[in-house]
Amino acid sequence: MRTATVALLLALAALPAAAVEPAEMLADPALEARAREISKGLRCVVCQNQSIDDSNAELAQAMRVLVRERLVAGDSDEAVVDYLVSRYGDFVLLKPRFQSTTLVLWLGPAVILTLAAAVAVAFYRRRTATTRQPPPPLSDEEQRRLRALLDDGSG
Amino acid sequence: MIVESGHFALVLALFVAVVQATVPLIGAQRGDAAWMAVARPAALAQVFLVAVAFACLTYAYVTSDFSVLNVARNSHSAKPLIYKISGVWGNHEGSMVLWVLILAVFGSAVAAFGGNLPPGLRARALAVQAMIAAGFLMFILFTSNPFERLVPPAVDGQGLNPLLQDPGLAFHPPFLYLGYVGFSMAFSFAIAALIEGRVDAAWARWVRPWTLAAWAFLTIGIGLGSWWAYYELGWGGWWFWDPVENASFMPWLAGTALLHSSIVVEKRDTMRAWTVLLAIVTFTLSLLGTFLVRSGVLTSVHAFATDPERGLFILILMIIVSGGSLALFAWRGPSLRGAGLFQPVSREGSLLLNNLLMTVATAVVLLGTLYPLFADAVGAGKVSVGAPFFNIVFIPLMVPMIAAMAVGPLLSWKRGDLGGAMTRLWAAGVAVLAAAAVTWWVHEGGPLLGLVGIALATWLAVGTLVELAERLRLFREPLADSLRRAARQPRAAWGMSVAHMGLAIAVAGMTGAGAWKVESIQAMQPGETVTVSGYDFTFEGAGPIIGPNYMGVGGTFTVRRGGDVVAVLRPEKRTYPVRNMPTTEAAIHTLFTGDLYAVIGDRDEDTGAYVTRLYFNPLVAWMWGGGLIMVAGGALSLSDRRFRVGAPARRRRPAAAAASA
Amino acid sequence: MKRLIYVAPLAVFLVIAAFFYKGFDLNPRALPSMLTGQPVPPFDLPPIKGRGDKGFADTDLPGEVSLVNVFGSWCVACQVEHPFLMGLKERGLVPIHGIDWKETDPDAGPRWLKRFGDPYTLVGADPDSRAAIAFGVTGAPETFVVDRAGIVRYKHVGPIDAEDWEDTLWPVIRELRKE
Repeated sequence: MRTATVALLLALAALPAAAVEPAEMLADPALEARAREISKGLRCVVCQNQSIDDSNAELAQAMRVLVRERLVAGDSDEAVVDYLVSRYGDFVLLKPRFQSTTLVLWLGPAVILTLAAAVAVAFYRRRTATTRQPPPPLSDEEQRRLRALLDDGSG
Repeated sequence: MIVESGHFALVLALFVAVVQATVPLIGAQRGDAAWMAVARPAALAQVFLVAVAFACLTYAYVTSDFSVLNVARNSHSAKPLIYKISGVWGNHEGSMVLWVLILAVFGSAVAAFGGNLPPGLRARALAVQAMIAAGFLMFILFTSNPFERLVPPAVDGQGLNPLLQDPGLAFHPPFLYLGYVGFSMAFSFAIAALIEGRVDAAWARWVRPWTLAAWAFLTIGIGLGSWWAYYELGWGGWWFWDPVENASFMPWLAGTALLHSSIVVEKRDTMRAWTVLLAIVTFTLSLLGTFLVRSGVLTSVHAFATDPERGLFILILMIIVSGGSLALFAWRGPSLRGAGLFQPVSREGSLLLNNLLMTVATAVVLLGTLYPLFADAVGAGKVSVGAPFFNIVFIPLMVPMIAAMAVGPLLSWKRGDLGGAMTRLWAAGVAVLAAAAVTWWVHEGGPLLGLVGIALATWLAVGTLVELAERLRLFREPLADSLRRAARQPRAAWGMSVAHMGLAIAVAGMTGAGAWKVESIQAMQPGETVTVSGYDFTFEGAGPIIGPNYMGVGGTFTVRRGGDVVAVLRPEKRTYPVRNMPTTEAAIHTLFTGDLYAVIGDRDEDTGAYVTRLYFNPLVAWMWGGGLIMVAGGALSLSDRRFRVGAPARRRRPAAAAASA
Repeated sequence: MKRLIYVAPLAVFLVIAAFFYKGFDLNPRALPSMLTGQPVPPFDLPPIKGRGDKGFADTDLPGEVSLVNVFGSWCVACQVEHPFLMGLKERGLVPIHGIDWKETDPDAGPRWLKRFGDPYTLVGADPDSRAAIAFGVTGAPETFVVDRAGIVRYKHVGPIDAEDWEDTLWPVIRELRKE
């Protein structure tokens, strides 16, 4: 029960997100926009499923400042993200990278769609096949009667 | 004493549920009418007993009886009455009692109003319903007893969490449960049908209203949750693809698919096994939602009573309920296979496309939600799957679905005319071009997704109107004739048009808020003005405020456009001393074109400036408005008299089918 | 083959259920350290008040097996851990260095150490979390075992108690000393 209470407090402590403060923001709007974009993809590691851009946790704020400092120092977006991944692992990425451990995640949707479509197509096939079966060929007797009818009509 | 009565009522309810789960089932198997008839009084007794238990717990909350552990932990004498009541389900134990109460209410509704159901089907469905109830009652009694006493009693309660004292959050869970548990009806009918080995149009017609009701409730629940996030979190976010949000969204997606596939069963007597499977899957996902919140196997913003022991109990329950029913499906499902013609280009073909995309979307959300668990369990390390992933995979599935939604209703059953339908949609095509042009003109250089979203919303909205006009033969026959047709339209048909229109509006709202939100974060001195998306926000100043159980700072902004005052916004930043917890109270003014949204932050002691966050959230209110319209569409469908009176006896089926075809 | 498709939902469900069962033994919040086996990240922290002008930097670490302990006066779990660290210091088993993390008041850390005792050989102040992020810290206390070459060999999350010490930390340190 104590764990439950702690979890509840932790969860709720993370909720009211004040996020980015004016003092943190960079004067250069282009750089600031890049920082915001990067921050939105980085998970606040002490929160629950929030990006550092959305979180008012102190660690998230420290990370935001760090991201901006690195950008000002001339790092590329990738370099900034790589640095944090080297510290916290893939866990810090809200958008997982395409790599061996996320193959199932990224290819899964396409596979699921293909499988589902295949089932649907098989369903259509069966349903149209059963109803469109060509009628069995006429027997000799039927052929004869048909010919007789046709001849009769023309005559 | 009252508390003990509540506990006792729950125990009795468990016994009744066990009887209800077995006797009618055996009776139905043997064809024994007397045994089957047990289901009805049992269901009514059960709802009475669970209601008594719930009332007792509520009484303990209202009277602040802190000798009850649950009340002492989750309530406080200083809470306003309404939040004392909502506190009953604001915690794990109480929420489970509410869960079972809703289950019992649905069951008793079948018992009370299901007079036109075949006795065998009714007995079996009620028995299945009782099995679920028995499982959850055991869960409550063995792991989560809300009536546990606290000796000695607490002086006052601990539960004064200001965040939970909010109307949006107070009524969010009951609606979610009404949705989750409502899907248990479709589930019970599906299991009963599997046992009987019989699914037909009449069955679909009995299942549909329950599914519709559950779907509408769940829509409200999800909407309330996102609305709460929007005004409470202080930056205008409304959907985070958080595991717990996904847990409520997956049953919604599957339930929407079920809603549509049951129409195909009703009208064309095909896709039977699939519909039964969907009913099972939808309820399984509802149980999963209950499980995810309570097990702690995934991290989430809202994880609210994580406890592995309880998680294990629910997991076992899930394996019995869902695993058992899926095994039954594997065994009996093949016997439900229908025959008959099925053309891809037809109304049923379009509904199948809807089902295909909705199901894939559900599976994809499930994959993303559970992937961190999968990766961790196989030793691939800790990964996070956040909003960017879901947006990338979910939106491409929804685009073709919404595009097809405008076309589907224009196709006739059995064999549709795609060319003809597209020709009739010329007006929608023109509207899309116009909307795209206007969007481009207003938001030149904005994200492409914004353009696509508005185009789709327009396509669906106008397409829905075109279909309605076709049905009423508007502009082709004298207006009086069209009006007569309108009066004769079944409510369910109106419901579809309204619900689809609601979605179009909601899509526009999501697009606007997602693509063109304008944000401005700064420190402002009183008297300063900041322009956000053409609106001039003037900061008039801020001062201390004192509320009943909080204090804080309140700011005032006057918003002008072209010099005319549009709104005065008064955001607050509150601190609740008991919990020492700050909350932001955003000030929101809704305009037709979007929301003006202001938040006030900390004051800089040196300069006297306040941190302010100002937003313009375009069209965002359309999202919830559209959601409400969807719910209204569902309610309209639900009021269709064919569901209430018409549920025809099976003997009359051919006639009914002919009439509706 | 046709039957197979009716069994598929059950199979998928059971696989997911198995993962859930497995999930009870996993802690979604426990992050493995990325630094284990890596050199200590570069950092150079200023001293905290009352401890002279020697701060704490990565260059101080090589030469001796040592512990780096991340703490803060605001951190309740650190207070729980603190007596144990004091005991370690008294026994003189291993040098403990401290990173005083996230103090909003520069006097708070020194005051805390004065009140509860100071087990640290070197202490650096990290108010803006720069060193903490470099170490991949998510919460306090966290303790890193650093070997003679200045490589992080083990990370302990949460307060250290006698059991942790006897079962994991001390054996790790003894092994490293043998290297």
